[in-house]
Amino acid sequence: MNHPAFWRAGAISSTAVMAVVLIFLTIDSLSAIQAGGRNVPDYSVINKAIGYQFDAKRAASVPIIGGEELLFGRKYSAAEADRLMDHGKLAIQSRACINCHTFFGNGAYYAPDLTKAWLDPVWKQMWMPMTQSATKEEAMVKFLMNPEKYPTWGRMMPNLKLTREDSEAIVAYLKWMSAIDTNGFPSGFKTTESK
Amino acid sequence: MYRSQQLALKYFIAAIALFGIMIVFGLLASAQYVHMGFLFQVLDFSITKTLHIDTMILWLLMGFMGCIYWFLPQELERDVEGIKLAEIMFYILCTAIATVAAVFIFVQYGGSNEFSMWFINQGRKYVEAPRWAAIGIVLVVLVFSYNIVATAIKAKKITGIMGVLMIDLVPLFALYLIAFPRITNMSVDLFWWWWLVHLWVEGTWEVLIGCIMALALMQLLGTARRIVETWLYIEVALVLGTGILGLGHHYFWIGTPEYWLAIGGLFSALEPLPLLGMVVHAVYDAGTHHMKTTNKPALYWMMAEAFGNFLGAGVFGFMMTLPQINLFSHGTQWTVSHGHFAFWGAYACGVLSVVYVALQKARGLEEMNGIRWKWSFGLLNFGMIGMVGALLISGIAQAFYERAIGGSTIQAFIDAQSNLWFLQGMNARLVFGVLFAIGYAVLVYDLLTIGGKHRTKQAAVLRPA
Repeated sequence: MNHPAFWRAGAISSTAVMAVVLIFLTIDSLSAIQAGGRNVPDYSVINKAIGYQFDAKRAASVPIIGGEELLFGRKYSAAEADRLMDHGKLAIQSRACINCHTFFGNGAYYAPDLTKAWLDPVWKQMWMPMTQSATKEEAMVKFLMNPEKYPTWGRMMPNLKLTREDSEAIVAYLKWMSAIDTNGFPSGFKTTESK
Repeated sequence: MYRSQQLALKYFIAAIALFGIMIVFGLLASAQYVHMGFLFQVLDFSITKTLHIDTMILWLLMGFMGCIYWFLPQELERDVEGIKLAEIMFYILCTAIATVAAVFIFVQYGGSNEFSMWFINQGRKYVEAPRWAAIGIVLVVLVFSYNIVATAIKAKKITGIMGVLMIDLVPLFALYLIAFPRITNMSVDLFWWWWLVHLWVEGTWEVLIGCIMALALMQLLGTARRIVETWLYIEVALVLGTGILGLGHHYFWIGTPEYWLAIGGLFSALEPLPLLGMVVHAVYDAGTHHMKTTNKPALYWMMAEAFGNFLGAGVFGFMMTLPQINLFSHGTQWTVSHGHFAFWGAYACGVLSVVYVALQKARGLEEMNGIRWKWSFGLLNFGMIGMVGALLISGIAQAFYERAIGGSTIQAFIDAQSNLWFLQGMNARLVFGVLFAIGYAVLVYDLLTIGGKHRTKQAAVLRPA
């Protein structure tokens, strides 16, 4: 044990063993998180109602996928949903949303977490009347296009020059994201759409 | 002085300058928490925060490269192969950084298209740099790797430290390639992104700083090679033995399977072990030499690195890493508290230590001491600990009021951000941030002037350039 070679062998073997275990876990995890995998729904879930309920067996809140609930009054085919999600992610990255917000708690902490933003009661309670919108998704689009016009407190979201198409794609993206099984994060999220 | 060491000094100058820019944008970002509407639609938080974080990554990376370019010719007893190319890459890197910063400040955002990804902002935390600049970073790392490997081959000498360093270059390069693809699925995107962020920062960087500290210890305290290499292997075994699967603590909530809760919790709880080992190592070595050295600032910064790494990365990381706690602490200012302490302790203090080591040789000083370094050491560390404590208070208030009580809704977020304890923490963070900035100013003044008239050019010449 006093010889460096002993510890060199230890370093190589512990690294190798852990790397191999990580590779196996990665293969399994990637299959679970592909769209349509065990934990992540297919993009066409945007055509359905989504809720978030506490599951006593898992001791955690889990997403509930319900029946048909159209987004922007239309039903998206699988190919359309794929394109919409790609556009949504591109809009999210190009505006660096993650540098103020968090997604699954990852990002910056200047603005709210967006993991279950689609399910947030605030859209119906505050932004629908404020934007005079008939639906939640319409209120979200109006807010995203002109956030500085609809402030709720002192810290405002800047206008990021999002087009109508960008905003619709982001709303669809948030709806899909809310249906991902995140092992109960966030805990105790109070949505009005849990049932 | 070797030509490579002259390049190292340039890297240190660039790194310290970026350190200052990091502080400026950090202060602006923290002021945006305190004064609502500050720089709204002029230089929004996302921009100030991006520049704060990206300059932090870059000054540390440039600091590491400076350290290696400094020690490499001494370790291998010859100048570095391909040094001309390395010098060119230094200027390319500086130009690229300045260009990206200008684009972030003046252009800020693009439209929802690939052009934005290539030329404006990729919008992925830590790796916001547009793809053209990311290609530049890849080239810089490739040349850096070539310098090290080719020099070792020419010298026909691979010491234990060099062996670890060369193997570490492979993941350092390969993992950065994750900075390029745009992945639609957020869960998959974050899965690979954490490979880059965690395995870089808590894997390859820890090994890299381990190599740098080993080289510095031999020079600073004259510690025997056999001892530092043994410790380096122990550190690598523990860092990678715990850290590779410690990656799991980032996979609790991103859509990945439930088994990561147990794996991530267990292995990240073990992650402080190698950092504790580093403290033991540093204290033991310094103790056997009765803290006697001709370079006090370097020794103190090295001790700060050992303790800061253990406390900031180890203890503060462990405090919030178990899933039962992380469910509430995740994504709050609690994380920011840990992040500040960890990067400062694990890396920044280590780079500053080597900067003083290099300056002593470069200026031919028999002894490095004085009063200014003590002030900068005190102010920087006091400022950092103050910021860390203040952010922890804000973070715990946020974990209680937003996460635990409020259930993480948008209204719960607003309520927590308006909470008195949260605001007190953010105000205190700004005050300690200003103290930290004063410490930085004293540091720069000290680095520029230390040694004064006692500098002797002859002593600096280890070998004609």
